[in-house]
Amino acid sequence: MKRQVPLVLVFLFGLFMIFQYFVPHESSEWVYEFLLDWIYIIGIFALALGIWSLYVVSVDKIKTRKHDWKYSYITLAGLFGMILFGFTARHGDEWGWFLVFVACVLLTIGMIVQAMAAKTAKGLPLALAGVFLIASILIAAFDDTWSFYFYTAEGLQSTMFRAFFDYVMMPILATIFSLLAFFIASAAYRAFRARNLLASLLLIAALIVMMRFFPYFGSTVGELIARTSNWLMNVPNLAAQRAIVIGVGLGIVATALKVILGIERGYMGKG
Amino acid sequence: MRFLLRTTVILALLLGAGVAAQTEPPPPVDSVETPSIPPPAPVTGLEVFDTDDDHGHSITLTWELSADDGIGQGSVMSYDVFRWYPPLMDSLAARRDKIQRAQAAHARFRRDLGVAEDALGDLLSGDREFSALRFSVATPTDDSTFVLDRSFVERALRDTIQVMSTNLPLLPDSIRALQEVFESALERLPEAHKTYPTGGTWKSVGKAASGEGRFVNSGSKDPMSGDFIPDFTDLYYRVDAVTADEAVRAESVIVGPRQSKGQWFNGGRFPVFWAVIIFGFLTIYFVSRARKGAELYVRPLAGIEAVDDAIGRATEMGRPILYVLGLGTAADVATIASFTVLGRVAKRVAEYQTELIVPTYDPIVMSVAQEVVKSSYLDAGRPDDYKENTVFFVTNLQFAYVAAVNGIMLRELPATNVYMGKFFAESLLLAETGALAGSIQIAGTDEIAQIPFFIVACDYTLIGEELYAASAYLGREPILLGSLKAQDWAKAAVIVLAIVGLVAASFEWTTFTELFHVTN
Repeated sequence: MKRQVPLVLVFLFGLFMIFQYFVPHESSEWVYEFLLDWIYIIGIFALALGIWSLYVVSVDKIKTRKHDWKYSYITLAGLFGMILFGFTARHGDEWGWFLVFVACVLLTIGMIVQAMAAKTAKGLPLALAGVFLIASILIAAFDDTWSFYFYTAEGLQSTMFRAFFDYVMMPILATIFSLLAFFIASAAYRAFRARNLLASLLLIAALIVMMRFFPYFGSTVGELIARTSNWLMNVPNLAAQRAIVIGVGLGIVATALKVILGIERGYMGKG
Repeated sequence: MRFLLRTTVILALLLGAGVAAQTEPPPPVDSVETPSIPPPAPVTGLEVFDTDDDHGHSITLTWELSADDGIGQGSVMSYDVFRWYPPLMDSLAARRDKIQRAQAAHARFRRDLGVAEDALGDLLSGDREFSALRFSVATPTDDSTFVLDRSFVERALRDTIQVMSTNLPLLPDSIRALQEVFESALERLPEAHKTYPTGGTWKSVGKAASGEGRFVNSGSKDPMSGDFIPDFTDLYYRVDAVTADEAVRAESVIVGPRQSKGQWFNGGRFPVFWAVIIFGFLTIYFVSRARKGAELYVRPLAGIEAVDDAIGRATEMGRPILYVLGLGTAADVATIASFTVLGRVAKRVAEYQTELIVPTYDPIVMSVAQEVVKSSYLDAGRPDDYKENTVFFVTNLQFAYVAAVNGIMLRELPATNVYMGKFFAESLLLAETGALAGSIQIAGTDEIAQIPFFIVACDYTLIGEELYAASAYLGREPILLGSLKAQDWAKAAVIVLAIVGLVAASFEWTTFTELFHVTN
């Protein structure tokens, strides 16, 4: 029964998805949109599971003192810090005790993690966690320079949330992305070594395509290279790409059919 | 002397005339003669019909160009398409605006009431220090300031809250009442259109450029939208040929009534429909053949054959295996295929008692992957070896995910990295880091742009559809191999059809090429 119900559901909904592709009627559209809404609903619940998983893995890392375990504290601080920033916003120009409040909440969580990680002597971190928790509750109760916003998107516009996202998160992401330039260079060096005939052809083709952007060729040579490069890109390259696309398309249809018919059950843990 | 006098008088007269000429008011615009544009020839052969293969709410118009479009006088600049609106449509629009305004007011009232209550609460509890509210008033004589006292502010807040609290509960009822009236008017819309041509007005619904003889009046299905077009309702259209002077135009004959409605089958997708049917039958045929025990040959996939060796290597080295499912969601077929490969890998890992690390990008993918790995450990007869933390969520930010996975590679130094699923710009970042860490790398993706990166940086790469074939190849189950055979036959058919299509296109044999034309 545990296996049959998911298979029946997959069969029914998979069949409906094929059906709706060929049926443009409003009723079919309505059901399709209704089903798509479920993805958001499931996604929200799954996100909670995801956050819990990240928390458990980070705590476990601290607990078992794995390599570079200290960075897990930064992961947890980032996770809970941004949640706090997202649900709070200041009223005016004054920060008041807000930063102290954030520090107290993070220290509370840190101390709880420390207590969970410690094999013995859990009392001190737990006591400190209690102290920090009381301090954060007191600040939240008496500091009126900021408030919690659970029902509006006020927190998402708060200075601290925006600042951390724009000036910490984005530069880090851009840095990681920029590494791609160096990785492309090293990968190209490996790929273009003329070890055999095919690799040599690859090298020549790559040189022609790259030289298309070289600005100091004369008009005749430049024109010839540009035309050769365009031919390489539009004829052999595109032909190979289309062959892969056709194969992928057929593979997708075949896999989808296998899933719908219950032949492929790998997603249920049964291959 | 007389000469001088005469000259002076003449000069004065000339100057006076000049000044008079300059100060004379310009002739009225009406009196300026502009070349008048003669009215153009109207469009002919106007046909109005329900748009094919759609969900309704759309009407297509075609016409023969005006005799003065491009040729003749060449005066037609565009075509203005008009639809007849009964008076009820205007009343519907007014009611729609009213409902939207009421809904906006309701939202604003709720927010303002909360603000006022908070302010009063702060004032009464003394949370917010009240010294005085100072208002600066600029007058023509001086800038003065006056101060509001506490009791006045408190009274004002109380009055505001009372008015709002009284009115706020009434608003939803008012909105509901407005909606009911709107819906009843909506039901009367088909009847209202039957009263043509009494009372209604012609309104422009769009323009087509000169030289174009087709227009699709595509509207919204949402009655609350301004461009809503009702289905099963008599609609009347006309098309005006318009000259450079908007006022000079020629009206076509009025065509109607025509009704729009949704179709139950999209005829424009017939080629896809037949392809799916034929491919489905092929799959079922080969699966049934495989079930009966037919020998089906599948060419070896080096990348898949290397999986077992890679797991053995990891076991010998005492290092973990890193499995990356990519950035796809659980709805992507590449991710579904990857789950199957993950299941096989996890089973071998469980048998060899090696460590498996599966960092995920999507929480739903994480949940499914956890179930897959758990089942594989169970199938391998080692359920106790399964750890919850084997599959974990990292983040759903692309480069943050890259940073996390690269960190794992450099810290844990996995013996084998397996990348299967959907990959984008992170493919090379991951694969190059893995290569630097000295891991054996096996990749598979259906993203064409990322395949070259994986080929360069990984030891084995499954190209495109090989990813989907991997599950069948790993399992060697006849049923799965049957579907692979169906794919091969379909590919052969595509090759033959492509060659025939090439010849047909070269000889302009359109009947054949049109068979494969997907129009919508």
